[in-house]
Amino acid sequence: MSTQVLFGQLLVGLINGSFYALLALGFAIIFGLLGIINIAQGTFYMIGAFGGWMLLNYFGLGYWWGLLLAPLIAGIVGMALEKTLISRMYKLDHIYGLLLTYGLMMFIMGTFIYFFQTAPRPYPVPPELQGGYNLGFMFLPKYRAWVVLVSLTFCLGTWFVIEKTSVGRNLRAATENPMLTRAFGINVPALLTFGFGIGVALAGLGGVLAGPIYSVSPIMGGDLVIVVFAIVVVGGMQSILGAVITGLSLGVLEGLTKVFYAQGANMVIFVIMFIVLMVKPAGLFGQEK
Amino acid sequence: MAELSLSISDLHAFYGDSHVLHGVTLDVPAGEVVTIVGRNGAGKTTTLRSIMGMIEKRTGSITISGQNVIASPPEKIARLGVAYVPEERGIYATLDVTENLMLPRKVNDSGMTLEKIYELFPNLHARRNSQGTRLSGGEQQMLAIGRVLRTGASLFLLDEPTEGLAPVIVQQIGKAIELMKAQGHTILLVEQNFRFAAKITDRHYVMERGRVIDMIPRADVEKRAGQIQQYLGI
Ligand SMILES: Nc1ncnc2c1ncn2[C@@H]1O[C@H](COP(=O)(O)OP(=O)(O)OP(=O)(O)O)[C@@H](O)[C@H]1O
Ligand SMILES: [Mg+2]
Repeated sequence: MSTQVLFGQLLVGLINGSFYALLALGFAIIFGLLGIINIAQGTFYMIGAFGGWMLLNYFGLGYWWGLLLAPLIAGIVGMALEKTLISRMYKLDHIYGLLLTYGLMMFIMGTFIYFFQTAPRPYPVPPELQGGYNLGFMFLPKYRAWVVLVSLTFCLGTWFVIEKTSVGRNLRAATENPMLTRAFGINVPALLTFGFGIGVALAGLGGVLAGPIYSVSPIMGGDLVIVVFAIVVVGGMQSILGAVITGLSLGVLEGLTKVFYAQGANMVIFVIMFIVLMVKPAGLFGQEK
Repeated sequence: MAELSLSISDLHAFYGDSHVLHGVTLDVPAGEVVTIVGRNGAGKTTTLRSIMGMIEKRTGSITISGQNVIASPPEKIARLGVAYVPEERGIYATLDVTENLMLPRKVNDSGMTLEKIYELFPNLHARRNSQGTRLSGGEQQMLAIGRVLRTGASLFLLDEPTEGLAPVIVQQIGKAIELMKAQGHTILLVEQNFRFAAKITDRHYVMERGRVIDMIPRADVEKRAGQIQQYLGI
Protein backbone atom coordinates (compact mmCIF):
# COMPACT_ATOMS: atom_id res chain seq x y z
CA MET A 1 0.00 0.00 0.00
CA SER A 2 1.13 3.59 -0.49
CA THR A 3 2.42 5.76 2.29
CA GLN A 4 -0.20 8.27 1.15
CA VAL A 5 -2.93 5.91 2.35
CA LEU A 6 -1.12 5.09 5.55
CA PHE A 7 -0.51 8.69 6.55
CA GLY A 8 -3.96 9.67 5.31
CA GLN A 9 -5.58 7.19 7.70
CA LEU A 10 -3.18 8.17 10.44
CA LEU A 11 -4.41 11.75 10.07
CA VAL A 12 -8.06 10.66 10.06
CA GLY A 13 -7.29 8.67 13.20
CA LEU A 14 -5.67 11.65 14.82
CA ILE A 15 -8.66 13.86 13.97
CA ASN A 16 -11.14 11.35 15.34
CA GLY A 17 -8.86 10.87 18.32
CA SER A 18 -8.97 14.61 18.96
CA PHE A 19 -12.74 14.53 19.16
CA TYR A 20 -12.66 11.41 21.31
CA ALA A 21 -10.18 13.09 23.64
CA LEU A 22 -12.26 16.28 24.04
CA LEU A 23 -15.47 14.38 24.70
CA ALA A 24 -13.85 11.77 26.92
CA LEU A 25 -12.09 14.44 28.95
CA GLY A 26 -15.38 16.20 29.61
CA PHE A 27 -17.00 12.88 30.40
CA ALA A 28 -14.27 11.98 32.92
CA ILE A 29 -14.48 15.37 34.66
CA ILE A 30 -18.23 15.05 35.00
CA PHE A 31 -18.12 11.47 36.22
CA GLY A 32 -15.33 12.17 38.71
CA LEU A 33 -16.89 15.30 40.13
CA LEU A 34 -20.62 14.58 39.99
CA GLY A 35 -20.77 10.80 39.72
CA ILE A 36 -22.97 11.26 36.66
CA ILE A 37 -22.47 9.01 33.64
CA ASN A 38 -23.26 11.64 31.06
CA ILE A 39 -24.60 9.75 28.08
CA ALA A 40 -25.71 13.12 26.67
CA GLN A 41 -22.07 14.09 26.05
CA GLY A 42 -22.57 13.49 22.31
CA THR A 43 -25.65 15.72 22.42
CA PHE A 44 -23.59 18.64 23.67
CA TYR A 45 -21.19 17.97 20.82
CA MET A 46 -24.18 18.29 18.50
CA ILE A 47 -25.35 21.43 20.31
CA GLY A 48 -21.88 22.93 19.82
CA ALA A 49 -21.95 22.14 16.11
CA PHE A 50 -25.48 23.49 15.69
CA GLY A 51 -24.57 26.52 17.78
CA GLY A 52 -21.88 27.36 15.23
CA TRP A 53 -24.22 26.67 12.33
CA MET A 54 -27.04 28.82 13.79
CA LEU A 55 -24.73 31.69 14.63
CA LEU A 56 -23.62 31.69 11.01
CA ASN A 57 -27.02 31.26 9.37
CA TYR A 58 -29.23 33.30 11.70
CA PHE A 59 -26.83 35.96 12.95
CA GLY A 60 -24.17 36.10 10.26
CA LEU A 61 -21.47 35.32 12.81
CA GLY A 62 -18.67 33.33 11.19
CA TYR A 63 -16.47 30.44 12.31
CA TRP A 64 -14.35 32.38 14.78
CA TRP A 65 -17.37 33.67 16.64
CA GLY A 66 -18.80 30.18 16.52
CA LEU A 67 -15.63 28.73 18.01
CA LEU A 68 -15.88 31.20 20.87
CA LEU A 69 -19.63 31.26 21.48
CA ALA A 70 -20.85 27.74 20.69
CA PRO A 71 -18.94 25.99 23.51
CA LEU A 72 -20.16 28.77 25.78
CA ILE A 73 -23.75 28.10 24.70
CA ALA A 74 -23.30 24.36 25.26
CA GLY A 75 -21.80 25.13 28.69
CA ILE A 76 -24.65 27.43 29.68
CA VAL A 77 -27.30 24.92 28.55
CA GLY A 78 -25.40 22.30 30.54
CA MET A 79 -25.24 24.42 33.69
CA ALA A 80 -28.96 25.16 33.47
CA LEU A 81 -29.69 21.43 33.16
CA GLU A 82 -27.37 20.65 36.07
CA LYS A 83 -29.11 23.18 38.31
CA THR A 84 -32.62 22.09 37.44
CA LEU A 85 -32.40 18.33 36.79
CA ILE A 86 -29.05 16.65 37.17
CA SER A 87 -28.38 17.92 40.69
CA ARG A 88 -31.39 15.87 41.84
CA MET A 89 -29.54 12.66 41.01
CA TYR A 90 -26.53 13.06 43.30
CA LYS A 91 -27.92 11.08 46.20
CA LEU A 92 -29.07 8.24 43.98
CA ASP A 93 -27.24 5.37 42.34
CA HIS A 94 -25.16 6.12 39.21
CA ILE A 95 -27.74 4.36 37.07
CA TYR A 96 -30.29 7.16 37.64
CA GLY A 97 -27.92 9.80 36.29
CA LEU A 98 -27.31 7.63 33.27
CA LEU A 99 -31.04 7.20 32.67
CA LEU A 100 -31.71 10.91 33.10
CA THR A 101 -28.97 11.96 30.69
CA TYR A 102 -30.14 9.28 28.27
CA GLY A 103 -33.62 10.81 28.41
CA LEU A 104 -32.17 14.28 27.91
CA MET A 105 -30.24 13.03 24.91
CA MET A 106 -33.38 11.55 23.31
CA PHE A 107 -35.41 14.66 24.06
CA ILE A 108 -32.86 17.16 22.75
CA MET A 109 -32.03 15.07 19.70
CA GLY A 110 -35.73 14.58 18.94
CA THR A 111 -36.41 18.29 19.21
CA PHE A 112 -33.59 19.08 16.80
CA ILE A 113 -34.76 16.42 14.36
CA TYR A 114 -38.26 17.91 14.49
CA PHE A 115 -37.00 21.35 13.53
CA PHE A 116 -34.02 20.53 11.31
CA GLN A 117 -34.53 16.97 10.01
CA THR A 118 -31.58 14.64 9.87
CA ALA A 119 -30.00 15.65 6.56
CA PRO A 120 -26.49 17.02 7.15
CA ARG A 121 -26.06 20.76 6.71
CA PRO A 122 -22.74 22.04 5.45
CA TYR A 123 -20.71 24.37 7.63
CA PRO A 124 -17.83 25.88 5.70
CA VAL A 125 -14.17 25.84 6.56
CA PRO A 126 -13.19 29.46 7.33
CA PRO A 127 -11.21 31.11 4.51
CA GLU A 128 -8.14 31.47 6.74
CA LEU A 129 -7.90 27.70 7.14
CA GLN A 130 -8.64 26.57 3.60
CA GLY A 131 -5.99 24.83 1.54
CA GLY A 132 -3.18 22.82 2.98
CA TYR A 133 0.46 21.85 2.97
CA ASN A 134 2.15 19.35 0.72
CA LEU A 135 4.48 17.47 3.01
CA GLY A 136 5.88 15.30 0.23
CA PHE A 137 4.65 12.04 1.67
CA MET A 138 1.11 13.37 2.11
CA PHE A 139 -1.16 16.36 1.73
CA LEU A 140 -2.10 17.96 5.07
CA PRO A 141 -5.25 20.10 4.95
CA LYS A 142 -4.78 23.19 7.12
CA TYR A 143 -8.14 22.80 8.80
CA ARG A 144 -7.38 19.26 9.97
CA ALA A 145 -4.07 20.32 11.45
CA TRP A 146 -5.94 23.13 13.19
CA VAL A 147 -8.46 20.74 14.73
CA VAL A 148 -5.70 18.59 16.20
CA LEU A 149 -3.88 21.66 17.49
CA VAL A 150 -6.92 23.24 19.16
CA SER A 151 -8.04 20.00 20.69
CA LEU A 152 -4.60 19.21 22.11
CA THR A 153 -4.29 22.76 23.45
CA PHE A 154 -7.61 22.53 25.26
CA CYS A 155 -6.89 19.07 26.63
CA LEU A 156 -3.51 20.18 27.97
CA GLY A 157 -4.98 23.45 29.22
CA THR A 158 -7.73 21.62 31.10
CA TRP A 159 -5.19 19.24 32.59
CA PHE A 160 -3.07 22.22 33.67
CA VAL A 161 -6.01 24.02 35.29
CA ILE A 162 -7.02 20.90 37.21
CA GLU A 163 -3.53 19.93 38.37
CA LYS A 164 -1.83 23.27 38.91
CA THR A 165 -4.31 26.00 39.87
CA SER A 166 -6.38 26.77 42.95
CA VAL A 167 -9.64 26.19 41.07
CA GLY A 168 -8.29 22.77 40.10
CA ARG A 169 -7.28 22.09 43.69
CA ASN A 170 -10.82 22.85 44.83
CA LEU A 171 -12.22 20.65 42.08
CA ARG A 172 -9.99 17.76 43.08
CA ALA A 173 -10.90 18.20 46.74
CA ALA A 174 -14.62 18.32 45.89
CA THR A 175 -14.22 15.16 43.82
CA GLU A 176 -12.49 13.31 46.63
CA ASN A 177 -14.53 14.41 49.65
CA PRO A 178 -17.36 16.80 48.83
CA MET A 179 -18.84 17.18 52.32
CA LEU A 180 -15.54 17.92 54.06
CA THR A 181 -14.61 20.30 51.26
CA ARG A 182 -17.80 22.23 51.96
CA ALA A 183 -16.82 22.34 55.64
CA PHE A 184 -13.68 24.17 54.52
CA GLY A 185 -15.81 27.00 53.17
CA ILE A 186 -15.83 25.93 49.54
CA ASN A 187 -19.13 26.19 47.71
CA VAL A 188 -19.15 22.67 46.29
CA PRO A 189 -22.65 22.81 44.76
CA ALA A 190 -21.56 25.81 42.69
CA LEU A 191 -18.37 23.99 41.77
CA LEU A 192 -20.39 21.02 40.54
CA THR A 193 -22.45 23.27 38.30
CA PHE A 194 -19.26 24.83 36.97
CA GLY A 195 -17.62 21.42 36.46
CA PHE A 196 -20.60 20.15 34.50
CA GLY A 197 -20.50 23.31 32.39
CA ILE A 198 -16.80 22.81 31.61
CA GLY A 199 -17.31 19.12 30.83
CA VAL A 200 -20.06 19.75 28.29
CA ALA A 201 -18.39 22.88 26.89
CA LEU A 202 -15.45 20.66 25.88
CA ALA A 203 -17.91 18.50 23.95
CA GLY A 204 -19.42 21.68 22.46
CA LEU A 205 -15.97 22.76 21.34
CA GLY A 206 -15.52 19.38 19.68
CA GLY A 207 -18.81 19.97 17.88
CA VAL A 208 -17.86 23.34 16.36
CA LEU A 209 -14.49 21.96 15.33
CA ALA A 210 -16.22 18.99 13.69
CA GLY A 211 -18.77 21.06 11.73
CA PRO A 212 -16.56 21.83 8.71
CA ILE A 213 -15.33 18.22 8.51
CA TYR A 214 -18.48 16.15 9.07
CA SER A 215 -21.24 18.74 8.45
CA VAL A 216 -23.92 19.43 11.04
CA SER A 217 -26.84 17.17 11.82
CA PRO A 218 -29.06 16.41 14.84
CA ILE A 219 -27.89 12.80 14.86
CA MET A 220 -24.17 13.57 14.92
CA GLY A 221 -22.75 12.52 18.25
CA GLY A 222 -25.27 9.73 18.70
CA ASP A 223 -22.76 7.03 17.73
CA LEU A 224 -19.82 9.01 18.96
CA VAL A 225 -20.92 8.80 22.58
CA ILE A 226 -20.79 4.99 22.50
CA VAL A 227 -17.16 5.11 21.38
CA VAL A 228 -16.39 7.82 23.94
CA PHE A 229 -17.92 5.69 26.66
CA ALA A 230 -15.65 2.79 25.65
CA ILE A 231 -12.65 5.11 25.69
CA VAL A 232 -13.41 6.38 29.16
CA VAL A 233 -13.78 2.82 30.40
CA VAL A 234 -10.40 1.93 28.87
CA GLY A 235 -8.72 5.05 30.29
CA GLY A 236 -10.25 4.76 33.76
CA MET A 237 -13.59 6.41 34.50
CA GLN A 238 -12.29 9.43 36.41
CA SER A 239 -8.85 9.79 34.92
CA ILE A 240 -8.29 13.11 33.15
CA LEU A 241 -4.98 12.06 31.68
CA GLY A 242 -6.34 8.60 30.85
CA ALA A 243 -9.21 10.11 28.86
CA VAL A 244 -6.91 12.27 26.74
CA ILE A 245 -4.21 9.71 26.07
CA THR A 246 -6.67 6.88 25.44
CA GLY A 247 -8.84 9.10 23.23
CA LEU A 248 -5.98 10.07 20.96
CA SER A 249 -4.29 6.70 20.83
CA LEU A 250 -7.46 4.71 20.19
CA GLY A 251 -8.38 7.20 17.45
CA VAL A 252 -5.03 6.53 15.79
CA LEU A 253 -5.35 2.79 16.34
CA GLU A 254 -8.77 2.86 14.71
CA GLY A 255 -7.28 4.71 11.71
CA LEU A 256 -4.46 2.20 11.37
CA THR A 257 -6.88 -0.70 11.57
CA LYS A 258 -8.65 0.78 8.55
CA VAL A 259 -5.43 0.43 6.60
CA PHE A 260 -4.50 -3.08 7.66
CA TYR A 261 -7.85 -4.73 8.31
CA ALA A 262 -10.67 -2.43 7.27
CA GLN A 263 -13.44 -4.77 8.45
CA GLY A 264 -12.14 -4.50 12.02
CA ALA A 265 -12.02 -0.72 12.23
CA ASN A 266 -15.47 -0.29 13.72
CA MET A 267 -14.90 -2.69 16.53
CA VAL A 268 -11.23 -2.42 17.42
CA ILE A 269 -11.97 0.04 20.25
CA PHE A 270 -14.53 -2.32 21.73
CA VAL A 271 -12.15 -5.25 21.49
CA ILE A 272 -9.60 -3.18 23.41
CA MET A 273 -12.26 -2.27 25.96
CA PHE A 274 -13.08 -5.94 26.40
CA ILE A 275 -9.44 -6.87 26.95
CA VAL A 276 -8.82 -4.01 29.38
CA LEU A 277 -11.92 -4.90 31.38
CA MET A 278 -10.65 -8.46 31.67
CA VAL A 279 -7.12 -7.51 32.70
CA LYS A 280 -7.45 -4.18 34.52
CA PRO A 281 -11.11 -3.46 35.29
CA ALA A 282 -10.41 0.02 36.72
CA GLY A 283 -8.97 1.10 33.35
CA LEU A 284 -5.42 1.76 32.22
CA PHE A 285 -5.08 4.96 34.26
CA GLY A 286 -7.72 4.25 36.90
CA GLN A 287 -7.19 3.65 40.58
CA GLU A 288 -7.99 0.15 41.72
CA LYS A 289 -10.40 0.38 44.67
CA MET B 1 -12.17 39.46 64.50
CA ALA B 2 -14.30 39.04 67.59
CA GLU B 3 -14.11 35.55 69.07
CA LEU B 4 -17.12 33.40 68.34
CA SER B 5 -19.33 31.77 70.92
CA LEU B 6 -21.40 28.67 70.37
CA SER B 7 -24.64 27.66 71.95
CA ILE B 8 -26.54 24.46 71.24
CA SER B 9 -29.94 23.58 72.55
CA ASP B 10 -32.14 20.53 72.08
CA LEU B 11 -30.12 19.26 69.13
CA HIS B 12 -31.41 16.11 67.45
CA ALA B 13 -29.51 14.44 64.63
CA PHE B 14 -30.24 11.46 62.41
CA TYR B 15 -28.33 9.18 60.05
CA GLY B 16 -31.13 8.16 57.71
CA ASP B 17 -33.79 6.74 60.03
CA SER B 18 -31.41 6.21 62.91
CA HIS B 19 -31.90 8.83 65.61
CA VAL B 20 -28.46 9.50 67.10
CA LEU B 21 -28.60 12.76 69.07
CA HIS B 22 -31.52 13.13 71.46
CA GLY B 23 -31.59 16.78 72.50
CA VAL B 24 -28.00 17.87 73.11
CA THR B 25 -27.65 21.15 74.97
CA LEU B 26 -24.31 22.80 75.64
CA ASP B 27 -22.59 26.20 75.70
CA VAL B 28 -19.16 27.26 74.55
CA PRO B 29 -18.50 30.84 75.69
CA ALA B 30 -16.23 32.98 73.52
CA GLY B 31 -12.56 32.38 74.21
CA GLU B 32 -13.07 29.25 76.32
CA VAL B 33 -11.92 25.69 75.79
CA VAL B 34 -14.75 23.22 76.24
CA THR B 35 -14.24 19.48 76.07
CA ILE B 36 -16.79 16.78 75.33
CA VAL B 37 -16.00 13.40 76.84
CA GLY B 38 -17.93 10.18 76.61
CA ARG B 39 -17.65 6.57 75.59
CA ASN B 40 -17.46 5.27 72.06
CA GLY B 41 -20.65 5.88 70.15
CA ALA B 42 -21.96 8.50 72.61
CA GLY B 43 -22.49 11.01 69.79
CA LYS B 44 -19.47 13.31 70.17
CA THR B 45 -18.46 13.24 66.52
CA THR B 46 -22.07 13.58 65.43
CA THR B 47 -22.37 16.70 67.58
CA LEU B 48 -19.36 18.31 65.88
CA ARG B 49 -20.57 17.30 62.43
CA SER B 50 -23.98 18.78 63.19
CA ILE B 51 -22.42 22.09 64.23
CA MET B 52 -20.51 22.09 60.95
CA GLY B 53 -23.72 21.47 59.00
CA MET B 54 -22.48 18.12 57.76
CA ILE B 55 -25.42 16.07 59.07
CA GLU B 56 -28.33 16.71 56.80
CA LYS B 57 -31.12 15.73 59.12
CA ARG B 58 -30.84 17.85 62.25
CA THR B 59 -33.27 19.86 64.38
CA GLY B 60 -33.06 22.13 67.41
CA SER B 61 -30.95 25.24 67.59
CA ILE B 62 -27.26 25.90 67.01
CA THR B 63 -26.26 29.53 67.35
CA ILE B 64 -22.86 30.92 66.57
CA SER B 65 -22.43 34.35 68.17
CA GLY B 66 -26.19 34.78 68.11
CA GLN B 67 -26.78 33.57 64.57
CA ASN B 68 -28.87 30.42 64.20
CA VAL B 69 -27.17 28.08 61.75
CA ILE B 70 -29.33 24.97 62.14
CA ALA B 71 -30.39 25.23 58.50
CA SER B 72 -27.14 26.61 57.04
CA PRO B 73 -24.97 24.62 54.63
CA PRO B 74 -21.40 23.76 55.73
CA GLU B 75 -19.71 26.35 53.50
CA LYS B 76 -21.78 29.15 55.12
CA ILE B 77 -20.92 27.96 58.62
CA ALA B 78 -17.22 27.72 57.74
CA ARG B 79 -17.31 31.26 56.40
CA LEU B 80 -18.53 32.54 59.76
CA GLY B 81 -15.09 31.56 61.06
CA VAL B 82 -15.63 27.96 62.17
CA ALA B 83 -12.84 25.46 61.51
CA TYR B 84 -13.11 21.68 61.74
CA VAL B 85 -10.48 19.02 62.38
CA PRO B 86 -12.24 15.70 61.77
CA GLU B 87 -11.62 12.53 63.73
CA GLU B 88 -10.57 10.66 60.58
CA ARG B 89 -8.28 13.64 59.75
CA GLY B 90 -9.67 14.08 56.25
CA ILE B 91 -6.37 14.45 54.43
CA TYR B 92 -6.82 14.53 50.66
CA ALA B 93 -4.94 11.93 48.61
CA THR B 94 -5.29 13.95 45.42
CA LEU B 95 -3.70 17.04 47.01
CA ASP B 96 -0.09 17.44 48.10
CA VAL B 97 0.77 18.75 51.56
CA THR B 98 0.88 22.40 50.52
CA GLU B 99 -2.39 22.07 48.63
CA ASN B 100 -4.00 20.46 51.65
CA LEU B 101 -2.87 23.44 53.74
CA MET B 102 -4.07 25.97 51.18
CA LEU B 103 -7.47 24.37 50.63
CA PRO B 104 -9.66 25.90 53.38
CA ARG B 105 -11.00 29.25 52.33
CA LYS B 106 -9.68 32.19 54.33
CA VAL B 107 -12.30 34.06 56.34
CA ASN B 108 -10.03 37.01 57.17
CA ASP B 109 -6.35 37.90 57.31
CA SER B 110 -5.76 37.16 60.99
CA GLY B 111 -4.65 33.55 60.42
CA MET B 112 -1.10 32.22 60.25
CA THR B 113 0.88 32.33 57.04
CA LEU B 114 1.99 29.16 55.32
CA GLU B 115 5.56 29.88 56.47
CA LYS B 116 4.49 30.18 60.10
CA ILE B 117 2.60 26.89 59.91
CA TYR B 118 5.68 25.20 58.49
CA GLU B 119 7.73 26.72 61.34
CA LEU B 120 5.31 25.23 63.84
CA PHE B 121 5.42 21.81 62.12
CA PRO B 122 8.85 21.40 60.49
CA ASN B 123 7.98 17.81 59.52
CA LEU B 124 5.31 19.13 57.20
CA HIS B 125 7.77 21.48 55.53
CA ALA B 126 10.12 18.61 54.81
CA ARG B 127 7.28 16.75 53.12
CA ARG B 128 5.52 19.69 51.51
CA ASN B 129 5.46 18.13 48.03
CA SER B 130 4.30 14.69 49.14
CA GLN B 131 0.84 13.39 48.47
CA GLY B 132 -1.21 14.11 51.61
CA THR B 133 -2.06 10.52 52.45
CA ARG B 134 1.57 9.38 52.11
CA LEU B 135 2.33 11.02 55.47
CA SER B 136 2.54 9.09 58.72
CA GLY B 137 -0.44 9.20 61.08
CA GLY B 138 1.22 11.85 63.23
CA GLU B 139 2.14 14.00 60.26
CA GLN B 140 -1.40 13.72 58.95
CA GLN B 141 -2.73 14.99 62.26
CA MET B 142 -0.27 17.92 62.14
CA LEU B 143 -1.54 18.63 58.65
CA ALA B 144 -5.16 18.47 59.78
CA ILE B 145 -4.43 20.99 62.54
CA GLY B 146 -2.06 23.15 60.50
CA ARG B 147 -4.70 23.35 57.79
CA VAL B 148 -7.17 25.24 59.98
CA LEU B 149 -4.63 27.73 61.35
CA ARG B 150 -4.36 29.62 58.07
CA THR B 151 -7.98 30.66 57.64
CA GLY B 152 -8.37 33.19 60.44
CA ALA B 153 -11.15 31.11 62.00
CA SER B 154 -11.87 31.77 65.65
CA LEU B 155 -14.04 28.80 66.63
CA PHE B 156 -12.26 25.46 66.38
CA LEU B 157 -13.94 22.06 66.48
CA LEU B 158 -11.28 19.42 67.18
CA ASP B 159 -12.27 15.75 67.15
CA GLU B 160 -9.83 13.55 69.10
CA PRO B 161 -6.68 15.28 67.83
CA THR B 162 -4.36 13.05 69.88
CA GLU B 163 -6.01 9.71 69.12
CA GLY B 164 -3.50 7.00 68.35
CA LEU B 165 -0.45 9.27 68.37
CA ALA B 166 2.97 8.81 69.96
CA PRO B 167 3.67 10.97 73.06
CA VAL B 168 6.12 13.30 71.28
CA ILE B 169 3.56 14.05 68.64
CA VAL B 170 0.82 14.52 71.22
CA GLN B 171 3.11 17.18 72.70
CA GLN B 172 3.41 18.98 69.36
CA ILE B 173 -0.32 18.87 68.78
CA GLY B 174 -0.80 20.11 72.36
CA LYS B 175 1.47 23.04 71.60
CA ALA B 176 -0.64 24.03 68.61
CA ILE B 177 -3.86 23.85 70.64
CA GLU B 178 -2.31 25.90 73.45
CA LEU B 179 -1.33 28.45 70.83
CA MET B 180 -4.94 28.68 69.68
CA LYS B 181 -6.05 29.12 73.26
CA ALA B 182 -3.38 31.76 73.93
CA GLN B 183 -4.66 33.71 70.96
CA GLY B 184 -8.02 33.78 72.68
CA HIS B 185 -9.81 31.50 70.26
CA THR B 186 -12.84 29.44 71.19
CA ILE B 187 -12.29 25.68 71.12
CA LEU B 188 -14.69 22.76 71.31
CA LEU B 189 -12.59 19.67 71.83
CA VAL B 190 -13.59 16.02 71.77
CA GLU B 191 -10.97 14.05 73.64
CA GLN B 192 -10.66 10.60 75.19
CA ASN B 193 -7.27 11.48 76.68
CA PHE B 194 -8.63 13.10 79.81
CA ARG B 195 -5.24 14.07 81.24
CA PHE B 196 -4.36 15.83 78.02
CA ALA B 197 -7.67 17.67 77.93
CA ALA B 198 -7.84 18.60 81.60
CA LYS B 199 -4.78 20.85 81.37
CA ILE B 200 -6.41 23.30 78.95
CA THR B 201 -10.13 22.80 79.46
CA ASP B 202 -12.41 25.33 81.13
CA ARG B 203 -15.44 23.03 81.27
CA HIS B 204 -16.17 19.40 80.47
CA TYR B 205 -19.43 18.04 79.12
CA VAL B 206 -20.13 14.35 79.50
CA MET B 207 -22.15 12.66 76.75
CA GLU B 208 -23.91 9.33 76.85
CA ARG B 209 -26.25 7.80 74.26
CA GLY B 210 -26.81 11.01 72.35
CA ARG B 211 -27.39 13.24 75.39
CA VAL B 212 -25.33 15.51 77.63
CA ILE B 213 -25.60 13.98 81.08
CA ASP B 214 -23.28 16.19 83.10
CA MET B 215 -21.18 19.35 83.07
CA ILE B 216 -18.03 19.64 85.14
CA PRO B 217 -16.35 23.04 85.45
CA ARG B 218 -12.58 23.17 85.70
CA ALA B 219 -12.66 23.89 89.41
CA ASP B 220 -14.49 20.63 90.16
CA VAL B 221 -12.36 18.26 88.12
CA GLU B 222 -10.14 17.10 90.96
CA LYS B 223 -12.98 16.80 93.42
CA ARG B 224 -15.04 14.67 91.02
CA ALA B 225 -12.22 12.56 89.58
CA GLY B 226 -13.82 9.30 90.67
CA GLN B 227 -17.12 10.12 89.02
CA ILE B 228 -15.41 11.12 85.77
CA GLN B 229 -13.62 7.79 85.65
CA GLN B 230 -16.92 6.07 86.11
CA TYR B 231 -18.47 8.05 83.23
CA LEU B 232 -15.67 7.06 80.92
CA GLY B 233 -15.70 3.48 82.08
CA ILE B 234 -12.00 3.54 82.88
N1 LIG C 1 -22.51 7.27 59.16
C1 LIG C 1 -23.26 6.72 60.13
N2 LIG C 1 -24.39 6.05 59.82
C2 LIG C 1 -25.15 5.48 60.76
N3 LIG C 1 -24.89 5.54 62.08
C3 LIG C 1 -23.79 6.19 62.46
C4 LIG C 1 -22.92 6.82 61.51
N4 LIG C 1 -21.89 7.40 62.17
C5 LIG C 1 -22.12 7.14 63.47
N5 LIG C 1 -23.25 6.43 63.66
C6 LIG C 1 -23.81 5.99 64.94
O1 LIG C 1 -24.13 7.14 65.68
C7 LIG C 1 -23.78 6.98 67.05
C8 LIG C 1 -22.87 8.11 67.49
O2 LIG C 1 -21.66 8.03 66.78
P1 LIG C 1 -20.51 9.07 66.94
O3 LIG C 1 -19.51 8.78 65.88
O4 LIG C 1 -21.07 10.43 66.99
O5 LIG C 1 -19.92 8.67 68.35
P2 LIG C 1 -18.60 9.18 69.09
O6 LIG C 1 -19.02 9.63 70.43
O7 LIG C 1 -17.87 10.14 68.26
O8 LIG C 1 -17.78 7.83 69.22
P3 LIG C 1 -16.19 7.57 69.17
O9 LIG C 1 -15.66 7.84 70.54
O10 LIG C 1 -16.10 6.11 68.83
O11 LIG C 1 -15.61 8.44 68.12
C9 LIG C 1 -23.15 5.60 67.16
O12 LIG C 1 -24.13 4.72 67.65
C10 LIG C 1 -22.78 5.25 65.77
O13 LIG C 1 -22.87 3.87 65.57
MG1 LIG D 1 -16.06 10.13 67.32
